[in-house]
Amino acid sequence: MLDKVIFYFFAGIAVSSAALMVTRRNAVHSAIFLIATLLATAGIFLQLRAEFIFIVQIILYVGGIMVLFIFVIMLVNLDVALHQIKFARQKWVALIVTMALTAQIGLLFWTTGKMPGQGFPKLTALPANQLPPNAEEVAKSLFSSYLLPFEIASVLLLVAMIGAVVMAKKRT
Amino acid sequence: MQAAAQATLDFLKLYWAPLLCGVVIVAVLPLIVGYIVLVERKLMADMQARLGPMRVGPHGLLQPIADAVKLLIKEDIIPDDADKVVFWLAPVFSVGAALLAIAGLAFGPAFQIAQDLNIGLLFVVGISALGIFGIVLGGWASNSHYSLMGALRSSAQLVSYETAAGMALVCGLLFAGTLNIKSIVAAQVTQGVWFGFLAPVAFFTYLVASIAETNRAPFDLPEAESELVAGYMTEFSGFRWSLYFLAEYVNMIVVASVATTLFLGGWLRPFANVRWLNFLDLLPPLLMIGVAGYCVLRMPKQPTRVQQMFMLAVAGLCLVVALVLAAPVLLPFVKPSLKDAVAPFYAGIHGGFWFIFKVSVYIYFFMWLRFTIPRYRFDQLMRLGWHFLIPLSIINVLVVGAALIVGSYFNLQGWALLLATTPAAIVTLVAALVILSLDQKNQARQESTAATDFYAG
Repeated sequence: MLDKVIFYFFAGIAVSSAALMVTRRNAVHSAIFLIATLLATAGIFLQLRAEFIFIVQIILYVGGIMVLFIFVIMLVNLDVALHQIKFARQKWVALIVTMALTAQIGLLFWTTGKMPGQGFPKLTALPANQLPPNAEEVAKSLFSSYLLPFEIASVLLLVAMIGAVVMAKKRT
Repeated sequence: MQAAAQATLDFLKLYWAPLLCGVVIVAVLPLIVGYIVLVERKLMADMQARLGPMRVGPHGLLQPIADAVKLLIKEDIIPDDADKVVFWLAPVFSVGAALLAIAGLAFGPAFQIAQDLNIGLLFVVGISALGIFGIVLGGWASNSHYSLMGALRSSAQLVSYETAAGMALVCGLLFAGTLNIKSIVAAQVTQGVWFGFLAPVAFFTYLVASIAETNRAPFDLPEAESELVAGYMTEFSGFRWSLYFLAEYVNMIVVASVATTLFLGGWLRPFANVRWLNFLDLLPPLLMIGVAGYCVLRMPKQPTRVQQMFMLAVAGLCLVVALVLAAPVLLPFVKPSLKDAVAPFYAGIHGGFWFIFKVSVYIYFFMWLRFTIPRYRFDQLMRLGWHFLIPLSIINVLVVGAALIVGSYFNLQGWALLLATTPAAIVTLVAALVILSLDQKNQARQESTAATDFYAG
C-alpha cells in the first residue's frame, strides 16, 4: 500500500513535470521542471532500493548537467530565442519520432503479453536488510564483468576532455 | 480509507525515531545557526579589538533571538520585474537541500536519521550540492545585474571546486573502503588512526574546497559586498534573505561534519583505543565545569540583576551538562556492575560531544580564515581551483592509491601505515611545487602577451 502511494507520487510528479517542461515558454521554467522530473525519477530508483543509481542520478544529472544547463540558459538572451521559435521546423520530425517510439513501446507490451511467460516477469523483492550493499555490487560488476566497456567509456571521456582543452587553447 | 490509515500507522511505527530526529533538527538548527552567527560576530569583534553585540542579554547572548524576530517581522519585498514563483522557490530549494543533507550525517553512534545508508557520504555530498540551484535561480529570478553576476560566479565556483573536493573525499574513502558513514568511523577505530593523518594533503584540499563550496571568505565572490552589493541575494529581504543565510550556515555544518567524519575520526575520542589515555574521557565534563566556573566568576561584573541571574542560569546549565557527561564515566568506578548498562550511554553522549567539538573547531577555523585573509579576485580563484587544486588532488589520489598497495604488500596497519603514506604526501607536495612553478611561468608568459590580446585566458 505504502509502496504504491510512494510510487504513484513520484511517477505522477515525473510525468506531469515532464509535460510541463515541454510546454513552458520560459526556458528557465522548463529547466526547473526538468529538474523536478529527474528528482522524481531518482525517487523511484530509491524506492526500488537502488540507492547508488539514485545518488548517481542526482549528482550527475541534477547536480552536474542541470547546473550547466541553467548556467547556459541564463547567458542566452531569452527574448531572441522566443522569436526564433516561429521558424522552428522540428515539429514534424519530433511528431514522427514520438509516434515511432510509442509504437515501439506498444509493440513491446503486445508481444511480451503473447509470449508463453505471460508478460513481464514479476520478481519478488528481497527485504531491505537482506539486499547486498549497492555501491559495492555495482563496483564489483563494473570492474569484473564489464571491465572492457568501462575502460572504453573512460577513454571516450578522456578523448572528449582533451578535445575540449585543445579547442579552448586554439584561440590564443 | 481504513487501509490508508493502517498504512500510515505502519509507516509511523517503523519510522517514528527518524521522523522525530528530523523534526528536532529542523526545529533546532536555526537556533544553532543563530548562535554560530553570534560566535562569529563576537570573534570578529575580538580580532578587531571591539566588543561586538553587547546589548541584548548579558554579553549579547540573546542577540540571535532578537535578530530572528526582526527578520521574521520585516516587510517582505519582491521586485516588480522578478519572476515571482522562482523568486519564492529559490531560497526554499537552498534550505531544503542543506537540511536534507543533514539527514545522512551521523552526529554520534546513535543519532543518524537515515540509519545505515549504504551510500552515506555520497548522499550527503550529492544532496548538499543541490543547494546551488537556490543560488542560481534566485540570482536569475531577481532580474538584477548584481544578482545575476553573483549567481554566475557561484555556479562557476561550485562546479570547479566540487571536483577537487570529490577527489579529496576519494582519497579518504580509499582508506575507509566504504561509503557508509558508520563504517567509515568504524574503519578508523580498527585502523587506530584518523584518516586525516594518513591523507594530510587530501584533508588540506578538502578544507580549501569546502571553504569555496560554502561561499565563505576568502572565496565569498558570489556575495562580495564591495563588488556586487550582496551578490545573488541583493534583492532578497527579510525572511527569504534569512533562509539563504540559514542555508549557508547549515552547509558549513554539513561540510564540517563530512570532514570530521572522514578525516578527523567522527565521534571518536582522540586516541580512542589507547587504554592509558582513558582519562581523556574526563575532559568533556571538566571543560563544561570550567565554563560554568567562568560564568560564576564573571557574574558580579554584570551591571543589572537580570543579567547576573542569567549568567548564573548559564552556569547551572553547564553544570547539568557536565553532570550528564561525567555520569557514564564515573558510575562504573562507584559500582563496577553498572559498566555494561552504562556503555551505550557513554558511547552516545561522549560521541556526540566529541563530534560537535570537532565540527566547532572546523567552523572556528573557517571564521578565523575569514577575518585573516583578504578576498581573492575571481580569476585568481579560478586559477587556484583549476590550475592547482584539481591537478594536485588527482595526483594525490594516484599517489595515495600506490601507497596503499605498498602498505598492503608489507602488511602495514594503523600508525605503521604512515611509513607508506608519509612518502606519498611528500611526493604530492613536490608535485604541488612543480605545478605551482609551471603555473607561474605560464602566467608570466600570458601576461606578457596579454597587452596585445584582450580576450586571452
